Amino acid sequence: MNAAAALLAVADLSMRFGGLRAVDALSFEARRGEITAVIGPNGAGKTTVFNCITGFYRPTAGALTLRHPDGTVYDLERLPGFKIASRARVARTFQNIRLFAGMTVLENLLVAQHNALMRTTGFGIGAVLGLSRYPAAERAAIDKARFWLDAIGLLARADDPAGALPYGAQRRLEIARAMCIDPVLLCLDEPAAGLNPRETDELTGLLLRIRDGGCTLLLIEHDMGLVMRVSDHIVVLDHGRKISDGDPAAVRADPAVVAAYLGEGDEDEAEPVAEGIAAPEIAAPELR
Amino acid sequence: MSATLRAASRDALLSALVALGLFGPMIGLLTAPGPTGGLTLVSRPAAVAIAVSTVFAGRLLLLLWRARRGRRAAYAQNRALAEWLNRAGRYVGPALLLGALLLPLTGERYYLDLGVLVMTYVMLGWGLNIVVGLAGLLDLGYVAFYAVGAYSYAIFSTTFGLGFWTCLPIAGLLAALWGVILGFPVLRLRGDYLAIVTLAFGEIIRIVLVNWVSLTNGPNGISGIPRPTLFGLTFNAGGGPGSFADFFGVTPSITHRIAFLYYVILGLALLTNWVTLRLRRQPLGRAWEAMREDEIACRSLGINITRTKLTAFATGALFGGFAGAFFATRQAFISPESFTFIESAIVLAIVVLGGLGSQLGVALAALVMIGGGELFRSFAEYRMLAFGLALVVVMVLRPRGLVSGRTPSVALGARREISAELVAEGRG
Repeated sequence: MNAAAALLAVADLSMRFGGLRAVDALSFEARRGEITAVIGPNGAGKTTVFNCITGFYRPTAGALTLRHPDGTVYDLERLPGFKIASRARVARTFQNIRLFAGMTVLENLLVAQHNALMRTTGFGIGAVLGLSRYPAAERAAIDKARFWLDAIGLLARADDPAGALPYGAQRRLEIARAMCIDPVLLCLDEPAAGLNPRETDELTGLLLRIRDGGCTLLLIEHDMGLVMRVSDHIVVLDHGRKISDGDPAAVRADPAVVAAYLGEGDEDEAEPVAEGIAAPEIAAPELR
Repeated sequence: MSATLRAASRDALLSALVALGLFGPMIGLLTAPGPTGGLTLVSRPAAVAIAVSTVFAGRLLLLLWRARRGRRAAYAQNRALAEWLNRAGRYVGPALLLGALLLPLTGERYYLDLGVLVMTYVMLGWGLNIVVGLAGLLDLGYVAFYAVGAYSYAIFSTTFGLGFWTCLPIAGLLAALWGVILGFPVLRLRGDYLAIVTLAFGEIIRIVLVNWVSLTNGPNGISGIPRPTLFGLTFNAGGGPGSFADFFGVTPSITHRIAFLYYVILGLALLTNWVTLRLRRQPLGRAWEAMREDEIACRSLGINITRTKLTAFATGALFGGFAGAFFATRQAFISPESFTFIESAIVLAIVVLGGLGSQLGVALAALVMIGGGELFRSFAEYRMLAFGLALVVVMVLRPRGLVSGRTPSVALGARREISAELVAEGRG
C-alpha cells in the first residue's frame, strides 16, 4: 500500500473475441511483494486477464509491463507464450488443475525446472553421453523440489503419481510446481476452489509464506474470506471493466462492488446477460 | 443377472448381424471354375454359419466375462499385473537380450534371417515409440523416414561410392532433417488431424520416390547397393583376398554375412534403446512425457513446445533413418514398394500393442507380430485371420498394450510403477 514499486502494470488492456469485449480498457497495478486479488462475478473477465498476462491470449490492445526487481523490463504482450514463464518468470496455475497426472509428484516439479536443467545437458547430447554437469544440476533440482514438497506437506508422497493425489493436494502441488520456475510473479486462478475450510487455511498460510519469500502474487478467487484475509490490494471486475480498486477495507465498502455482486445492475447495464444468471452461485462479499 | 444376459445377447446378436453382412458375401460366395470352363458361384452356407456363430458366441462370452469382472477389479488387476510384469521385466529383458546375442550360434540361416527381420522392426518400434509413446504425437507416416534413410544410403553409395558406415550417420541426419521438416507444419495439429497429415507425408515421400526417376530410378528401384564391411573386411560368398573368411582363415560361408548383418541391426536397435532410456531420465525426455500429459501446462512452465515437438520428431526420424540405411544394405535392392503405408501401420501396431512408452513391450510385440507372423506362415490364408484375432484379443485383455504402466524417471525412494489408467495417451 505504501509506495512499493509496481511489478506489473496493466494499461488499457482490452481483449475482444469477435463482438464480445471480455476485457475492456482495464488498467491496474500489482505492487512488488504484495498479494493483489482480482475478484468479480463469473464471466467478469478475470481469467481472460490472466490468460493475457501469461501469454495464452494475445491482447487486442493495451500494454502489460513487468518490471523485475533488478530493473529489467518485459513487455508481456509481445513475448511468445513460453518465454513469459522462462524469461519474464511469470508462473501460473489453472482453474481446472493441470498436473502431469501420469508422472510422479517429484517429476512434476522437475519438469517445471526444465529450462534450468536443460542448460546443463549440452543440448541433450552431452547428458546422453554422460559428459555434462547434468548430474549435479539434477541433484540441485531435486533439492529444490524437496524444499517445496516440504512446504506443501507432500514430501512423503513424492514418488506417487500426481493424478492419484487427493484434490486439495493436487491444488497445492500445482502451486509448488509453479514456484519451481522461480517466478517473480505468481498468478493463481481460483486456488481455493473445491477446498474444505481446513485446506483453505493451509492454503492461506502457503500464500503468505510465498509472499514473504519475496514473490508477488496475483490471485483470482471467489472465496471472499480468503481474499479479505490475504490480499494487500483488490481489483474488482465486472463485465470486463474495473469497478473498484483499493485495499480490502475500501473495496468492501464500495457501493459499486455491492451492486455488482448482488446483481442490482447499474444504469448502463440494464440487462446483465450471462453474468446475471451466474452471479448467485458466488458468495457475496461479507459486508460486515 | 438376467438383465445383463439380455443386454449381452442383444449386443451379441447385433454383432452377429454385422458379421452376417460382412461374411455373407466374403466367405459365403466362392467363385470356382464351372464344368463349361466359365466361372460359377458356389455358396457355402455352412462356413458362414460357423463364422457368424463364432462371432455371436465370442461377443456374448466377452460381455458376460466383462460384466462379471467389474471395472474396479479390472483396475486393481491391471495395476497388479503391471507391477508383476515390471518385476518379471527385470528378468525377461536380459533373457531376451541374451537370447538375441546367442541366436547366431544356431547357425541356421532361417533363424538368422528371421532375427534380422524382427530386430529391424524392434528398432523401428523403438524409434516410433519416442514420437508416439513418449511425446504422444500420433505419427502414421513413420515409414517416410525409413524410406529417406534407405534411399540416402542407396544413392550415396551407388553414386559416390561411400561405404555403409560413412553413410549411416548421413542417412540418419537426413531422416532427422525430414523429421523437422514434417514437424513444422504439424506443430499446431492434434489427434486425428496430426495423424492425417503424417499419413499424407508418408505417401508424399513414396510418390516422390516413384516419380523422381532421374534420382531414384522410379519404380524400378536401386539395385547393387553395397554390403557393409567389418573394418574393411568384406563378406563375399566366394572368399578371396580382403574378405572376412580370408582374414580369419575360415571357410567362406554366406552365414557369416547374415550373422554380421544380424549383429549390426542388434547393435543399432540397442543404441536406439540406450538413447531412449537415457533421454527419458533427462529434461528433454521428461518434457516429451510432460507434453504428452498436458501441453498447456508445459507452456505455462516455460517449456518451448515447438522445440520439444521438433526434437521428438527428429530423434524418432533419426533412428528410422538408421533402420532404413540398414534395410537398404541388407536387401542390396530397394524400391518404393517397400515403403508403403502398411509398414507404418505395422510399426504403429507394434508400439500400441507393446504398450505406449514401454521398451520391453515394444520388443515383445515386434517378436510376437513379426516372428509369430512367420510361424503362422504354414496356415497360409488363415495367417492374417490369426493375426487380426490376436490383435483383437490383446486389445480386449490389455487395452493399454502388453506392458502398460509407466516407470518414473526419478524417485526419492523406490521407483513404483504408475498404472496405465493415470498415464495420458496424448492427443497428438
